[in-house]
Amino acid sequence: MKLKGTVNDPRMQRRYRAEKRFRLYAMSAVLLALAFLIVFFADIISQGYSAFYRTEVQATINYNDRVEMGDYRAAVSDEIRTVVSRGMLRNLPREVRDNPDLKGTSETSWMPVKGEIDQYRKGHVDSLDEELLASVQRLDEAGRLGFAPNWAFFTNGDSKLPELAGIGAAVVGSVYLLGITLIVAFPIGVMTAIYLEEFASDNWLTQTIEVNINNLAAVPSIIFGLLGLAVFINFFGVPRSSALAGGLTIGLMTLPIIIISTRAALRAVPDPVRMGAFAMGCTRWQVVRDHVLPVSLPGILTGTIIGLAQAMGETAPLILVGLIAYIQAPPTDITSAATVLPAQVFTWAGMPQTAFAEKASAGIIVLLTVLLSMNAAAVFMRRRLERRW
Amino acid sequence: MTIKGESGMYRGDAAEYAGNVALGNHQASDETVETNPAAEAAQASKLRVQDLSLWYGDTQALFDVNLDIPEREVTALIGPSGCGKSSFLRCINRMNDLVPNVTIRGDISLDAESIYDPSVDVVQLRSHVGMVFQKPNPFPKSVYENIAYAPRLHGLVSSRAELDDLVEKSLKRAGLWREVSDRLDAPGTALSGGQQQRLCIARAIAVDPDVILMDEPASALDPLATATIEELIDELKAHYTIVIVTHNLQQAARVSGYTAFFHMGYVIEYNDTTTLFTTPYEQKTEDYITGRYG
Repeated sequence: MKLKGTVNDPRMQRRYRAEKRFRLYAMSAVLLALAFLIVFFADIISQGYSAFYRTEVQATINYNDRVEMGDYRAAVSDEIRTVVSRGMLRNLPREVRDNPDLKGTSETSWMPVKGEIDQYRKGHVDSLDEELLASVQRLDEAGRLGFAPNWAFFTNGDSKLPELAGIGAAVVGSVYLLGITLIVAFPIGVMTAIYLEEFASDNWLTQTIEVNINNLAAVPSIIFGLLGLAVFINFFGVPRSSALAGGLTIGLMTLPIIIISTRAALRAVPDPVRMGAFAMGCTRWQVVRDHVLPVSLPGILTGTIIGLAQAMGETAPLILVGLIAYIQAPPTDITSAATVLPAQVFTWAGMPQTAFAEKASAGIIVLLTVLLSMNAAAVFMRRRLERRW
Repeated sequence: MTIKGESGMYRGDAAEYAGNVALGNHQASDETVETNPAAEAAQASKLRVQDLSLWYGDTQALFDVNLDIPEREVTALIGPSGCGKSSFLRCINRMNDLVPNVTIRGDISLDAESIYDPSVDVVQLRSHVGMVFQKPNPFPKSVYENIAYAPRLHGLVSSRAELDDLVEKSLKRAGLWREVSDRLDAPGTALSGGQQQRLCIARAIAVDPDVILMDEPASALDPLATATIEELIDELKAHYTIVIVTHNLQQAARVSGYTAFFHMGYVIEYNDTTTLFTTPYEQKTEDYITGRYG
């Protein structure tokens, strides 16, 4: 009776009701967050997936004299000329000059069409110039228009013609930038953390440094951009718009993140391990190198990857150091003008043509995929390297 | 002597306590030390502690401790929690150096050589004075590496074969060889608690120390593992000088030849274990060992 009387006890029932209510609140919060996430992903993917294929037209190219003279418009029939991307024809004269054997021959191939036709066929725009529409319909009926995978999106640089614009240059720029960020921030960050955590004594100086590092992690990223502009570009003369300028700036920004996560990883190593090593006659460096670092390495690497993932998505400071430039070709070295993925997305998002909106969404999809893979790699690495001691 | 209400009183009584710390022939008085250290060493006093005081910041934790710890013997340090016995133990291998704000006065000499002398290399000292901790703390490495690490570090071996021999010898001496010989590559932490503690002991003896300090080495173990450790300690005293801190009075009585009773930072009484446990001089010692407090 004493144990079973809760059903009728109003006080107990109140307590159980409160618990149920709280569970419900917590669950709805999770569901709401999940719903937002799903809506966000669905929206981006539905807007962006169409950039991964494009409309192509079957065109016959005649490498005749007029093409060689530079009149590339003469290479195709009038009808094709109205629909095919201008960017594809522009290169033909040079091709003939570079390869005289082509002269007098003709070739049939599938070429990308103008952006507005592509958008019309994907259903993103309702109207098309009447004459153009007639051509498109005729070609469509003849089976000379079709969708094909848009590999050029991954290899091309930016272009004023949306059908030719791609993320290739931006991806190369991002890789350069992340490389420099890693080289700058990882050794300095890990060394700083080791010093502060394992060597430095706890006094006002180290406490001040610690507080300031924590503050630095919370500084708005645009401030780092200003710093990069003032110090690296204006003072040290690093070329503007270069991956070097961007990498150094982002490296500064990533530094506190790496320091903080490394310190956390070092602090997680149980003290008895250190004491045991000291008692065996290890010097402090031997304690760190042989006992603390091996255990904390997964944590350090995870923190570094997460810091880099954040660096990868950073845009604001890069605008200030000029990595927002219009870049058609991938940078050849770390000092040549470059752009990065998020900056490329930002550029496209500001373009008036609907075709660029599609590109921007596709760029976001790529960016998110890379970021999620990096985070997954961090989780994987942690699982893989972390041995239970 | 009764427990005084003010702890400050003990400072004044320190001299009196020092007088009580007489142990057989090992007189702890300053004169003996200064006049005839060689004779003392001949009497096999491994560690000599002279007027050792220790402060954590402003709080004094040890008051003028004087002890002569005999060679190849087990000396137990007993006393209630916070009495300073662990602090004292950590003075012997200078682990207290790692604690910020610690002040130490007085001296400890190992084989008549001061360990607090400015010229002493702490790293060298610790290779002569091994330590086993309360909670087994094998390195996050394999069983083999746990033993091999320190000898390699101190350059005690010149070849892989020699190292293999040393690992085997150390594990045998710690009574662990039979249990782990087929899994030397397994992580040290994969062993049971008692095995881990014996691994830590094997690790400590691998560098062939003079002294092994044990800080409640069996308090985290079950009775069976405790018995194994105690047997091991008994065997080890043939080779090493062992100083063991324990809360377990029966354990002190079982394993040690000499016992020091610490109370609130003072050594109240130090004598051979049988005498201390059967006919203690001090009322406080008697109260403690009969379970009246502590």
